[in-house]
Amino acid sequence: MAILHTVNKSPFERNALESCLRFATEGASVLLFEDGVYAALKGTRVEPQVVSALSRLRFYVLGPDLRARGFSEERIIPGIKVVDYAGFVDLAVECDKVQAWL
Amino acid sequence: MADTIEVNGKQLAVDEEGYLANLNDWEPEVANVMAKQDNLELTPEHWEIINFLREYYEEYQIAPAVRVLTKAVGKKLGPDKGNSKYLYTLFPYGPAKQACRYAGLPKPTGCV
Amino acid sequence: MAEVVKKFMYLNRKAPYGTIYAWESLEVVLIGAAFDQDVCVMFIDDGVYQLTKGQDTKGIGMKNFSPTYRTLGDYDVRRIYVDRDSLEARGLTPDDLIAVPFEDMETGEEIDNIVEIIDSERAGALMNQSDVIFSF
Repeated sequence: MAILHTVNKSPFERNALESCLRFATEGASVLLFEDGVYAALKGTRVEPQVVSALSRLRFYVLGPDLRARGFSEERIIPGIKVVDYAGFVDLAVECDKVQAWL
Repeated sequence: MADTIEVNGKQLAVDEEGYLANLNDWEPEVANVMAKQDNLELTPEHWEIINFLREYYEEYQIAPAVRVLTKAVGKKLGPDKGNSKYLYTLFPYGPAKQACRYAGLPKPTGCV
Repeated sequence: MAEVVKKFMYLNRKAPYGTIYAWESLEVVLIGAAFDQDVCVMFIDDGVYQLTKGQDTKGIGMKNFSPTYRTLGDYDVRRIYVDRDSLEARGLTPDDLIAVPFEDMETGEEIDNIVEIIDSERAGALMNQSDVIFSF
C-alpha cells in the first residue's frame, strides 16, 4: 500500500515538499533528490517540519545529488537515510506506486 | 495526402491526416471538397452532424471521441440518430474522425 | 480471465497557461478515458486554478481549454476532487469553480455537478487507494 513520494524541488522555491507532507500518510516513504535535497539539511527553516514528519514517514536523500551540491552526510537531519542510485531503484520497487511532486 | 486543399480558389493548409490546420479557415465548401475526395455526396443528414460538431466545439473547445459524440447526438437529436449504426452509415470512415475533418475540427481527442 | 480494471489517479498541481502541464494532463485524461479504467481526477495546490469560471484567453493568444473540463463526465470520469485547503489558501470558494455534469446512461440519473470538495486527509487516502498516480 505504501507510496514512494519523490520531491526534487527546493523547499525554499516551491511548495512541493510542503504539499507532499500534507498528503503523505503514515508509513509512506519520501525521497529527496535534485534540489529537493536541501530539505534534508540541518538548521534550515523547514527542518522542524521534516523532523516532525519523521515520526510517521521514512525519509531518504539521494547521496550523489547531495554531494554535487557541496554537502556531506554530517549535515543531514538525523533519521534521514542517504541512498545511492541503486537504493533509489530499490525503493521504487519496494513501494507499490510513486507520486512525483514536480 | 497533400498539405493543402483547394476550396473556392483558395489553398487551405491541412495536416498529414487531412484535418484543416486552421480552424478559422473553415467554410461549408470545405466539407463538400473533402467529401468529394472521399466519393461522398453530403446530404442534409450529414450536415446535421457536421453542424452539431461545430456547435459542440464552440461550446467545449474539443472534438469529441466517437462514443462521446454518439451520446451527445442522442441527447440533442434523439436516440434514432445517437447510435453507432446511424452515424457509421453516414460517415463510414468513422463518424467522429470523418465528420470532424469535414467540420474543420482537429482530430478527435480520445480516438486512437 | 477477466480484464483487470486499474484505478488511475490524475493529480493536478499546476495553474493553467503558465506551463503546459494542465493542458497535457487534460489531454491524457481524455485519451485515457477510452480505455475503460477507473479514473479519478484530483486538483490540489495551484491545480485548483484550472477550474476557475470565466477564463478568457483571447488576449494572450492561447486556447481556453476550461470549457473542456465540463465534458469530463461525458468521457466517463465520474470522480473529480478538489482539495479544500488549496482552495481556501487561494481565497476561492466552490462557487468560483466550473461545474461538471454527469449523466448515467444506464439509469438516466443526472447529476448537475460531480466536483467534490474534500479535505487533505481524504485526498491522501484516495492517493493510497489508487493503483497508479499520474502527476502533473
